Amino acid sequence: MSDPEHVSHKKNATPSLVKEALRLWRDASFRPLFMQGVVVLVVVMLGVWVINNTMNNLEHRGISTGFDFLSQEAGFGIIQSLVEYDESHSYGRTFVVGILNTLLVSGLGIFFATILGFLIGVARLSSNWLLARMASVFIETFRNIPLLLQIFFWYFAVLAALPHPRQSFALGESVFLNLRGLFLPKPIIEQGLLPVMVSCLVAIGLALFLRSINQKRRVETGKSISGAPWYMAALLAGIPVLTWHLSGASLVLDTPELKGFNFRGGISIIPELGALLLALTIYTSAFIAEVVRAGIESVQKGQKEAAASLGLKPGKVLTLVVIPQAMKVIIPPLTNQYLNLAKNSSLATAIGYPDLVSVFAGTTLNQTGQAVEVIAMTMAVYLTISLSVSLLMNIYNKRVALIER
Amino acid sequence: MISHDITMIPAREPPARAVGVMAWVRNNLFANPLSALATLLIAYSLYLFVPPLVQWAFMDATWFGESSSDCSSDGACWAFITARLDQFIYGFYPEEQQWRADLFFAQLAILIAWLSFKVTPGKKWVLGYSLILMPVVSWFLLYGDLLGLEKVETHQWGGLMLTLLLALCGMIASLPFGVLLALGRRSNMPVIRSLCTAYIELWRGVPLITVLFMASVMLPLFVPEEVVFDKLLRALIGIILFQAAYMAEVVRGGLQAIPKGQFEAFNSLGLSYWQGMIMIILPQAMRLVIPGVVNTFIALFKDTSLVLVIGLFDLLAIIQAGLNDPAWLGNSVEGYLFAGLVFWVFCFGMSKYSQRLEQQLHR
Repeated sequence: MSDPEHVSHKKNATPSLVKEALRLWRDASFRPLFMQGVVVLVVVMLGVWVINNTMNNLEHRGISTGFDFLSQEAGFGIIQSLVEYDESHSYGRTFVVGILNTLLVSGLGIFFATILGFLIGVARLSSNWLLARMASVFIETFRNIPLLLQIFFWYFAVLAALPHPRQSFALGESVFLNLRGLFLPKPIIEQGLLPVMVSCLVAIGLALFLRSINQKRRVETGKSISGAPWYMAALLAGIPVLTWHLSGASLVLDTPELKGFNFRGGISIIPELGALLLALTIYTSAFIAEVVRAGIESVQKGQKEAAASLGLKPGKVLTLVVIPQAMKVIIPPLTNQYLNLAKNSSLATAIGYPDLVSVFAGTTLNQTGQAVEVIAMTMAVYLTISLSVSLLMNIYNKRVALIER
Repeated sequence: MISHDITMIPAREPPARAVGVMAWVRNNLFANPLSALATLLIAYSLYLFVPPLVQWAFMDATWFGESSSDCSSDGACWAFITARLDQFIYGFYPEEQQWRADLFFAQLAILIAWLSFKVTPGKKWVLGYSLILMPVVSWFLLYGDLLGLEKVETHQWGGLMLTLLLALCGMIASLPFGVLLALGRRSNMPVIRSLCTAYIELWRGVPLITVLFMASVMLPLFVPEEVVFDKLLRALIGIILFQAAYMAEVVRGGLQAIPKGQFEAFNSLGLSYWQGMIMIILPQAMRLVIPGVVNTFIALFKDTSLVLVIGLFDLLAIIQAGLNDPAWLGNSVEGYLFAGLVFWVFCFGMSKYSQRLEQQLHR
C-alpha cells in the first residue's frame, strides 16, 4: 500500500518498465486476469507436483497404476449381496456389490427415518405436554450422541445380547429373531401371482384417475362426487382380490427353518444391517423431526385461522393449507438429511456391514494396494449421488420459487 | 362531580377449572380423549421402564472394583469406568506426564469461561490467543521435546484429550481456510469462483470416512518420500480439508446477509478489497455466523469419533478397546452409556449456547 508514495518521491528516477507494470497493476481489467493467472499457475504446479510425487512413490513401491485390477479375481467372500457374488468374481463385481449394499441401507434408512422423523416432529408440537416433552427428550438425546457410538451400541450391546438360534425369539412359526439376525418368510412369486401384481398396479392407476377427476370436478363446480373415497377403496381392494380368485393364485411362503446351527430359507436380515439401520434411522429421524417442526412452525397462525373460518374441517386444514406450505420449507433441509444419511451409511465399515467403503475402500484396497484408484472411485460414487440430488434440489427450488408471489 | 360513594366491586375469581394445577393438567394432558390416551400410555411405559433403570444404574450398581467379577450381576458395573477413567481421559499418555494434559484441559476451561462471561476484560486478546496461539501452545505442551519437557509421541495420545484436541485444532485451523473459500466463492473472478465452488462441493459431497481413508493411505503418496507424516497429523489434515468446506458454507451465509450498501460504502471510501473485507465486511459477517460455526463444531466434535477407523484412540475407540479386555468382558452397555454421556454433555451444552447466541442476534 506504500508503493504509490514510494514511487512519487522519486518520480524521475522510475524506469519506464516499472511505470508500465504499475499502470497495468492499477488497471481494473488487467489485475483480475493477472491474479487468476497466478492462481491457475499455482494450482497446476501443485497438481503436477502431487502427481509427480505419487508416480515416484508408486514406482518405488512397485504398484502399477490403472484400472486393470478391476477384472482380477477378488477371492474374498461378502456376507450380504443383492446380486450373485462369490469368491471367484472380480474386484469390479465387489464394487457393484458395495454400491448396491450402500443404496439398500440408505434407501431403507431414508424410508424409516422419514416416517419416524415426521411422527416425532409432529409429536414435538403436540398440545399434550407429556408427549411433546418425550419427543424433545428423544431429539435432544439422539442428535447429540455420535452416530458411530449409536451403531456400536446397537451392534455390540443390544443385538449381541440376543439369544442363540436354538433359543430364538419367535413370532408364530415363521419369524425368528436371534444372534444371527432377523429371519422372515419370503413370498415366492409363482405363475398365478403375476396377474395379481399387474392388477394391483391397474387398481392404483384407476384410483388415482378417479381422484384427479374428483378434484377437477370440485375445482369446477365446488362439489365433489359423493362417496368418492369409498369408490377408490373398493377399486383398490376389489380388483386385486377378484383377480386373485379368478386366476387361482396361491401364496407360497418360503419360511425359515432351523437347520444345524442356523436358519435356512426365507429372507434373512443380518445383524450388521439391523444395527446400522436402527442407528441411522434413529439418528437421522431426530434431525428430520427438527426440520419438520421448523416447517410446521413456519406456517403462520393466520393461515390456519383463515382456513378454519372458510369452513374447512381440521383434517382438511392440515392437508390442504398447512402441509403444502410447510413442505416448501421442509423439503430442502430434508433432502440434506437424506444425503447425510447416505454419506453416514459409510460408517458401516466399523461393524463390518459390506457397504461400498467396507468392501471396496477396505478389503479391495488392502488386497490390491491400488489406493489412488480405489479411493477415487469410492469418492466418485458418493459425489455422483450428492451432486445429482443437489441438482434435482435446485430444479425443485426454482419451481417452488416461481409459484411464490 | 362524581359522588364519593362509588365502591369498586372486586373482579370475580376465574372459575376453579380455569386456573391452578388441575386446569393445567386438564389442558395439557387430558384435553381430548386421544390426548388422554397418549398421556396414560406414556405414563405407564415410564412407570415400567424408569424405576428398573434407576435400580440398575444406581441402587444395584457397583462403583469400584478390579474386574468384572467384582460387580454384582443385577446392577450396572461402573467399576469398569472408574478403574479405567485415567485411560479414557489421557489415553496412553505416561502417568508422570499427565499434568501436562491437565494443564491443557485447564487452559481450555479458563479460555471458555473467559470468553463466555460478559464482564471479563480483554476479550479481543483472549480470542486472538485462542484462535492463533492456543493450538500451537497446546501441541508443544503435549508433544514436548522443548524447554526440557519430555517428548511424548502422538501414538500415546488418546481418550478425551485426543477427541478435544482433534476437534479444536480441526476447527480453528479450518476457520481461515473457510473464510478464504467463502470469499473466493463470492468473488467476481470466474476462475477463482469456480475453483472454490468445486473444492467446496467436492468435500461436502463425500463422507468424512473416505476423507480419513484418503488422508491415511493417499497423503503419504502425494508428498516426496522423505517427508513422513505422523498418523495423527494425517488425520488432522484430512479433517481440516473436510471441515474447511463446511466452514466456507457457513461463512458464505454470513457474507450474504451483509447488505450490498456496505460493500458499496467501502468501495466509495476508496478502501481496497482486502481493507474493506477485513475492516468492514468480515467483522459484521463473523458475528452473524457464530451460531453456525458452533453448530459445525458440534458436528465435527461428534465426527472425530470416526478416527478410530484409521487406528487412532479417541474417547470412543479407547472405550471400545477397553471392552475387549478379558478382565472386563460384558460391560459394553456401561461403556457406551458413559461415552454417550460425555459426548452428550459437550454437544448439548454447545447447542444450548448456540441457541442462546441466535436469540441474542435476532433480538
